Amino acid sequence: MHRVLGDRRAVAVLLGPALLVYSLIMLVPMLWSLGYAFTKGNTIDGFTGNGVANFSRLLTDPAVHQALWFTLKYAVVVTVGQVAAGYLLALLYVFFLKKASALVRTLVFFPVVLPTVAVGLLFQKFFQVAPQTGPVNSLLNAVGIESVDWFGSAGHAFWVLIIMDIWRSMGFYAVLLFAGLVDIPDEVLESARLDGASGLRLIRHIVLPLSLPVLMSSVIFSVNGTLKVFDSLVALTGGGPGNSTTPLTLYMFQTSFTYSDYGYGSTIALLLTVVCLMVTLVVFRVSRRDLTKG
Amino acid sequence: MAVDTPLKTASARIGGRTARNGRPGRPRHGRRLGRRLWVKAVVAVLLVVEVYPLVWMFLTSLKSNDDYLNHSTWSLPTHWEWSNYSAAWTTGHIGLYVRNSLLAVLPSLALILLLGAAAGFALQIMVWKGRSLTLLLFLAGIMVPSQMILLPLFTVYFQAGLSGTLWPLILTYTGTGLPLTVFMMATYYKSVPRELFEAATIDGAGILRAFWSISLPVVRNAVLTVGLVQFFFLWNDLLIALTFTNDQDLRTIQVGLLNFTGDFGATQYGPLFAAICINVFGTLLVYLFLNQKVMKGLTGGAVKG
Repeated sequence: MHRVLGDRRAVAVLLGPALLVYSLIMLVPMLWSLGYAFTKGNTIDGFTGNGVANFSRLLTDPAVHQALWFTLKYAVVVTVGQVAAGYLLALLYVFFLKKASALVRTLVFFPVVLPTVAVGLLFQKFFQVAPQTGPVNSLLNAVGIESVDWFGSAGHAFWVLIIMDIWRSMGFYAVLLFAGLVDIPDEVLESARLDGASGLRLIRHIVLPLSLPVLMSSVIFSVNGTLKVFDSLVALTGGGPGNSTTPLTLYMFQTSFTYSDYGYGSTIALLLTVVCLMVTLVVFRVSRRDLTKG
Repeated sequence: MAVDTPLKTASARIGGRTARNGRPGRPRHGRRLGRRLWVKAVVAVLLVVEVYPLVWMFLTSLKSNDDYLNHSTWSLPTHWEWSNYSAAWTTGHIGLYVRNSLLAVLPSLALILLLGAAAGFALQIMVWKGRSLTLLLFLAGIMVPSQMILLPLFTVYFQAGLSGTLWPLILTYTGTGLPLTVFMMATYYKSVPRELFEAATIDGAGILRAFWSISLPVVRNAVLTVGLVQFFFLWNDLLIALTFTNDQDLRTIQVGLLNFTGDFGATQYGPLFAAICINVFGTLLVYLFLNQKVMKGLTGGAVKG
């Protein structure tokens, strides 16, 4: 029977087009981009060989250090925030709202599908101080606090960005983790309750270890997304004030298209790729070790 | 706040149902009542936090400039300026941008689904050497950031004379959408027994026919789910659209919205908010009708990816 399912011509017809498009649009450009990292120039003016100059520039460029630091700081804070908020929501759904949670789940999930550019602009206006005092500053004024210029300093802009990203995605992680929590068998929880575990102790010793696998895949997914942050940031702060909220993704974009330096842009893209792979690998290793311990 | 009352009643209803679902026959009623109130309060705050920014945005989109600048941000519009929407659509070119987005996203989506389903079938149902390695090759594409492919593609499109059309977007969207789609389709095909196709081929259908008229109807739910996930990814994309649309007439809705203030003069707040609303409520509409599928699809892709 495997004669039919092993028909090589059919495999070629079915898989060929997808593999071809994928190779031409993704695999070949990836390797090509590696080559660009050793050049200087752009599409219009042509490329010239540049040796490892881009790499030594990468090591000493203060803007790269700033961007790398911002990327990592942002990824860590948002990942922790997203997954923690999502986990608390998932606990709320499973242990407090129970079967009635469907409506709340659906409502809290929906910002996930909204265009990030629109959300960025919305939050920009929501937190603005001029020309109109936005809702957040009005609220502060109402309780007697002076308006804050949220986009005037790096620290404040960073926190608005964090709040926005957690607002946008906590419903997503809640549903993801909810799926992991409802998989915990009722008998396990029931017998733990009979043994006297309740509240925080029940969560810490029973629920948390049992939901660790899905918690870890949430972390991996979140890290992978936050390291690549671009749309929301461009719409909210545009990288400013100055370049204080510029991550690697945006710095690569500016280097390539504002300053037309494709060679150095490719080098930054390569750094970003290496960071993504390394961080994912580390999180993966840590989660493996913890799993065998738990 | 206008939303406050309906939200509170909604959460009260949820709270009421929770109470009925609660464990009966336990002592300490006072503590349980306290807990119920606490849960209700948390849910109410949560819903206000999630929904109010959107309500505020919608109300602001109906204000005139004068209304926006000189009245409290909490107030209702003094006049309901529906003309903001037509201004955004025509003078603000949002109509054109929506058309561009549709022209770029829909063909890519069709290609992604067709090629992805076929590849998933070939990788999961058919039996040949090297298929797990090929699947891994596709997986690599999920992790690598798009920044890695932008510059070479820009060169190719430029030299092929495709700049100034929507083709760069369609091609790039198709290529970047494939890895996750192939992976998800292969996972869905896992639950379809091979015997189904063996029986079909005994009845004289070729394997290509078996893919088209037997496997596709079986996994059509999965195709719809993956299609929704990819639709949101492509529709909300900014990076690729920003790179390949140099021409103002080719802007997608996200690029257009980002540049909206610049084109319009910074003072037209009503049309700007109307443009954001058009963008947001478009995707919201899709979500309202298909939310269970969207939730399942997006989170499913995360766990497996």
